[in-house]
Amino acid sequence: MRSPPLRWSSGVLRRVGLTGRTVVIGVPWLWLLLFFVIPFLIVLKISFADTRLGVPPYTPLLDWVDGKYLQFRLNTGNFMFLLQDSLYAQAFLSSIKVAFFSTVFCLLIGYPMSYAIARANASWRNTLLMLIILPFWTSFLLRVYAWIGLLRNNGVINNILMSLGIIHEPIVMMQTDFAMYIGIVYSYLPFMILPLYANLEKHDQSLIEAAVDLGCKPFRAFMLITLPLSKPGVIAGSMLVFIPAVGEFVIPRLLGGTDSLMIGRVLWDEFFLNRDWPVASAVAIALLLALVVPIMIFQRYQLKATQSGAAVAGGRG
Amino acid sequence: MNARADERREPWKDPRAEAYIRVENVTKQFGDFVAVNDVSLSVYRREIFCLLGGSGCGKTTLLRMLAGFERPTSGRIFIDGQNMDGVPPYDRPVNMMFQSYALFPHMTVEQNVAFGLKQEGLRRAEITDRVADMLGIVKLKGFEQRKPHQLSGGQRQRVALARSLIKRPKLLLLDEPLGALDKKLREHTQFELVNIQERLGVTFVVVTHDQEEAMTLASRIGVMNHGRIVQVGTPLDIYEFPNTRFVSEFIGNVNMFEGRIVEDEPGYVVIQSPELGTPIYVGHGVSAAPEAVVWAAVRPEKILLTREPPANTKYNCAQGTIKEIAYMGDLSIYLIPLDSGKTVRVTQPNAFRHAEARLTWDDRVWVSWHESSAVVVTE
Repeated sequence: MRSPPLRWSSGVLRRVGLTGRTVVIGVPWLWLLLFFVIPFLIVLKISFADTRLGVPPYTPLLDWVDGKYLQFRLNTGNFMFLLQDSLYAQAFLSSIKVAFFSTVFCLLIGYPMSYAIARANASWRNTLLMLIILPFWTSFLLRVYAWIGLLRNNGVINNILMSLGIIHEPIVMMQTDFAMYIGIVYSYLPFMILPLYANLEKHDQSLIEAAVDLGCKPFRAFMLITLPLSKPGVIAGSMLVFIPAVGEFVIPRLLGGTDSLMIGRVLWDEFFLNRDWPVASAVAIALLLALVVPIMIFQRYQLKATQSGAAVAGGRG
Repeated sequence: MNARADERREPWKDPRAEAYIRVENVTKQFGDFVAVNDVSLSVYRREIFCLLGGSGCGKTTLLRMLAGFERPTSGRIFIDGQNMDGVPPYDRPVNMMFQSYALFPHMTVEQNVAFGLKQEGLRRAEITDRVADMLGIVKLKGFEQRKPHQLSGGQRQRVALARSLIKRPKLLLLDEPLGALDKKLREHTQFELVNIQERLGVTFVVVTHDQEEAMTLASRIGVMNHGRIVQVGTPLDIYEFPNTRFVSEFIGNVNMFEGRIVEDEPGYVVIQSPELGTPIYVGHGVSAAPEAVVWAAVRPEKILLTREPPANTKYNCAQGTIKEIAYMGDLSIYLIPLDSGKTVRVTQPNAFRHAEARLTWDDRVWVSWHESSAVVVTE
């Protein structure tokens, strides 16, 4: 039995539509509204404005003209500019290219790793997973800087190779695409491994045994059974790597060459060097759209997979 | 099922018959744990051989060694005269039906069944024909395009059976084939399994923990305990002539009377058992050390219940009071504490609908049995 004041107040709350259920659901919605929808609308608004000198450095959309007309000006010029200047299209394409190849590398490295962890002795599994997660305990920036220490001309790798006499002058690795790929793949690998592991770990080993029993050699059994059943994990991992990698700014900036054209970097330059907030906002909006489409494809796929029940691998009962 | 008069075959009694599977002194150790301990076994063509035992007795390990998933620590396995040592599962003339069925969840029924044939690289048309035939045999026509999760438990079991039979193996290994089915479906499926086995002429080795399943399916049963085979025999042998206390207690219900042999003749023995009161007369000779502790095992259905004392009150009888009655329809189970303190379990068929003289609670009764009914077992 609830005490009278509590009953009274919960009655009042219910009358205004606040029950425990709506509060629990409401908190994340409120969070999304405050920190995603409203900022997005602000950026959207700025992307349709003009630049001007002053604070803020863009024109308002609504304006009083002659003290009596309410003028609504929508400047689509920023988006036209993105289409006209090939710099932006190139930056988009090269970002997508970098993100794509990073995803492929992450997949090639991450799949065997997750497979090995999932097949490892149960007592080892948690330790191995811990080793994957452990780098997250250090700052992301510190880890990228650590790579600079490894890769630069008088860095650890070059010093070791030279002292062993394998090379006589340092290999230039910093400020190259090579270093950038290493940085991205290194940073995003756990995001590939974890969903893949979660999928592979659920696989029923007797499926492989059944395939082998029916005349499959082990590798073929892997290709015919394990690989198709791990598709949801592959897609989840690839999305988790690809989407943030497209907008990646810090790693290309710190490890990549000055000529590396990434959309995140273009965004940064528009914002802080050119102080052209409207064009920067337009870039951000375009980037968001480019990323939302793959997410929607992914969700559609997941929905389809759960509907057909194929998302869960392995035998039941 | 196993005793069809027209095709009763008992190759194990024929010294010239050649065993299809020969297991010779096979031991399997996992670390310190001995899963299978020095097992030797012969299985003949077209047999349904059941490995029966509780969980952890090594029956599944033995089956997996036949399939090639585990390698014996020592000993040899021959299938069709060929030494199987080092032969991988995909090269063995053996298929297995898994306990969980292990159907491929991303493939349709048709693709699941066709899987084995595709690995052989057969022509498409032949694969389609054979799959259609097999789906007809297991009565799954019309389910070709379903995925495993769209099937009931019984249908999944039949897909698994079809998939493991499609390559026409000479030997099929079945791991608890009926374990996941409910009681009604089990009985039905048991008969279907036997029918298919007879039709295709396959040798079955079945692993089960369910003695009823083993009794109805098997031509012979191998009872396992702690990694060893304790007794091999027909269901009738195992039930009526158990060789150890473990076997007689594992298969069916049994009343055990502990005692010592006081008279040991070639034609009979007499056991003095304080648990019964009167001495137990067993109408066959036994080979046991004199004065050794033995048990006289009497099945509940072989005990007679009467209000009047039996003709001969010198042997094999005692008086008691009915304490519990369980009415099962076709028969009733009585639990009767004897005057010695020992409780006996007796089953009696309910042959008459109106039995004025039907026994009831707290009735004083005599229990007795024929001299051929008891079996003497040792530890």
